[in-house]
Amino acid sequence: MSTLNSSNIKTLEFDVLVIGGGGSGMRTSLELAKSGLKTAVVSKVFPTRSHTVSAQGGITCAIASADPQDDWRWHMYDTVKGSDYIGDQDAIEYMCSEGPKAVFELEHMGLPFSRTENGRIYQRPFGGQSKDFGKGGQASRTCAAADRTGHALLHTLYQNNVKEGSNFLNEWFAVDLVLNKFNEVTGVVAFSIESGEVAYLKAQATVLATGGAGRIYSSTTNALINTGDGLGMSLRAGIPAQDMEMWQFHPTGIYGAGSLVTEGCRGEGGYLINKDGERFMERYAPNAKDLAGRDVVARSMVLEILEGRGCGENKDHVFLKLDHLGADVLNAKLPGICELSKTFAAVDPVYEPIPVVPTCHYMMGGTPTNIHGQAYKISSSADDYIPGLFSVGEAACVSVHGANRLGGNSLLDLVVFGRAAGLHINEALKSGGGVADADKDDIDKALHNLNVLNESSSGHEVSSVKRELQEVMQNYFGVFRRGDYMEKGVSALEEIREKIENLHLQDKSAAFNTNRVEAIELQNLFEVAEATAISSLQRTESRGAHAREDFPERDDQNWLCHSLYDPTTKILGKRHVNFEPNQVEAFPPKVRTY
Amino acid sequence: MIHINIYRYNPEKDKFPYMQTFEFEKPKRDIMVLELLNQLKEKDPTISYRRSCREGVCGSDGMNINGKNGLACITPLSSVVQKNKLDLRPLPGLPVVRDLVVDMTEFYAQYEKIKPFLQNDVPVDIGERLQSPEDRDKLDGLYECILCACCSTSCPSFWWNPDKFVGPAALLQAYRFIADSRDTKTAERLQSLSDPFSVYRCHGIMNCVSVCPKGLNPNEAIGEIKSMLLSGKNKENIIASDGMS
Repeated sequence: MSTLNSSNIKTLEFDVLVIGGGGSGMRTSLELAKSGLKTAVVSKVFPTRSHTVSAQGGITCAIASADPQDDWRWHMYDTVKGSDYIGDQDAIEYMCSEGPKAVFELEHMGLPFSRTENGRIYQRPFGGQSKDFGKGGQASRTCAAADRTGHALLHTLYQNNVKEGSNFLNEWFAVDLVLNKFNEVTGVVAFSIESGEVAYLKAQATVLATGGAGRIYSSTTNALINTGDGLGMSLRAGIPAQDMEMWQFHPTGIYGAGSLVTEGCRGEGGYLINKDGERFMERYAPNAKDLAGRDVVARSMVLEILEGRGCGENKDHVFLKLDHLGADVLNAKLPGICELSKTFAAVDPVYEPIPVVPTCHYMMGGTPTNIHGQAYKISSSADDYIPGLFSVGEAACVSVHGANRLGGNSLLDLVVFGRAAGLHINEALKSGGGVADADKDDIDKALHNLNVLNESSSGHEVSSVKRELQEVMQNYFGVFRRGDYMEKGVSALEEIREKIENLHLQDKSAAFNTNRVEAIELQNLFEVAEATAISSLQRTESRGAHAREDFPERDDQNWLCHSLYDPTTKILGKRHVNFEPNQVEAFPPKVRTY
Repeated sequence: MIHINIYRYNPEKDKFPYMQTFEFEKPKRDIMVLELLNQLKEKDPTISYRRSCREGVCGSDGMNINGKNGLACITPLSSVVQKNKLDLRPLPGLPVVRDLVVDMTEFYAQYEKIKPFLQNDVPVDIGERLQSPEDRDKLDGLYECILCACCSTSCPSFWWNPDKFVGPAALLQAYRFIADSRDTKTAERLQSLSDPFSVYRCHGIMNCVSVCPKGLNPNEAIGEIKSMLLSGKNKENIIASDGMS
């Protein structure tokens, strides 16, 4: 294979490139489909294989079906509190107030929501939800299609993209961003997985909708494809990442397998028990109990296990009890969970509890953006954008989830901000916005990494380096963190970087070469892992999902802010949190209890 | 040891496909076929297959496992290994891109042909379209399809006419929209399926039902479409008798 350069690869030109065909990417492309702009969705898998498909419990939104009095401001309050006060209140306000419109749109597109007796969308209780600004008890605000809401949502979005004639580059893999001499993003270099053909995909706007990167940990609910490809590309290009220390550990991953068991199980009345059969969440969160914030529940579970009250031979997990709900409820409301438990835990929840353990689930951090998806750069002046670059969904940090995401808010995030980015890009490009052309050197630079891999004749094996990376992250950057351990983790990563830069691509063939895909995915995972490690070590407090034994208290004096990781210097800076919503008074920080 | 025979074909170097045997030590705990492939790929990174969610919801890793189509990620070794032998082949009936990866273009084309999206031109002023729980129940067993193609690629009628017979997966989706009380294009949908090939090439062989990893029943949905076509009965009169739309 000859060395790739700008003159031996072809250029495909678009107005907008959406990298990623999951929920956020397809909501963006759907918005752009009617605009007349030439858009392409670049997806490394056929779109319905994207990880949105695994979302179960629902999409949280104040559509006032379960409770006619429900109010988006209550949802906003819960989300701000859930974020441990570093969610941006302008963005949270936008998401919660625009939410009902976005959910009704999905229904009109055909999403098969479960229904109430009067024919409206069914809503179930989820963690961290309240009525009347925390004073009115548990709310039921999560709109559900049984326990397959993500599947229903993703397929509905794909179907409507088919309806509108969206253009997909399926099984194309984006390798690196192409930046011009003004540091504007002008598209990506990518290859067709099926044929191996490499091309420069040129665009005026590039949207990173590449989802999360849960595969930096060895135990995760995430799909095998969740390798943070967008963040990997942007970090390699020197673009910052925000709040990367904030990783959500979902309380209920199936012990051993890691598959997600929806919070909806506890919403429908299930609860966690320790080896004595005790409903231990009553001790940790007397009011919300099993429906406290996910960070709170996950930590409580780990404490139970550490204190010797775990279940099983090794006392290393707890049980999720559902049998008291009865076969009818389980089959109607949680059919997917029954299926998964039988397959991956050899347990039928109608009769026996499911063994569960906190499992890496969601990346609250990502590329910092405003509500239009525009990516921020590091700058002394408040808010400077990177021309041509946008990000939406889990890949982005807009930030509506702050230090801890509430269940059901990720699907809402996808559709609200996918739509918002589409609207903004349409307006911006039609009013003359755009970027200057990249020159040959810029394209060659973006091809460099791929050339190095293609020409490698020795070096480290992808699979063993990946395992090493995942173990470091699992051991040193888990539910509870400590400075001295994390320092060990950071130096272990320094050694792994040398291997990452010297990977041996054993398979050099063109057609459907998954060895090549996995090698680049590993490099992306590494960038995300390093950003996570350095950010975790340097945020010297405990907030939301970031729990430090050596700094157990929240420190609003110093850390009521976003962290901003600069990959060029590996230094952690700070960015202000927005406390200026437009329609309501800001919610000031309070002690966070459930 | 288990003898794992994997269908290998790399268009750049192989004139013909062949079966390659890997010796695999019987694992202490039961593992899924996908986990087996992942472990083999660590030793031989050239083995190609698709995978994503690894929990049976994304539909990437449909393949032919000891002669029967299924999802590698939710098929335990214990349920398929016979006499210490396991054969893994690509889904039958579609062109092979490489190893266990097939070209699904024709499969997706049939899906697009049935207009797999809700059609209803009546605007909604505010809120959602109402649907009774009973009407919503009619979508159960239909909307859960993951497009893994296990059914269509096990269907002899689809093997013969992949361009003209819509196939069980897409017909299940055709019926998913016919059965939806919110969709108003039942007559048009039925009309588009009324030629001799689209539906009528189904001869009730039932392979689709026996392989569906989600336990769905395309045969039943196809039966419903056929009887609606034959009786001229459409959803509008069915809905009227249910009371709510």
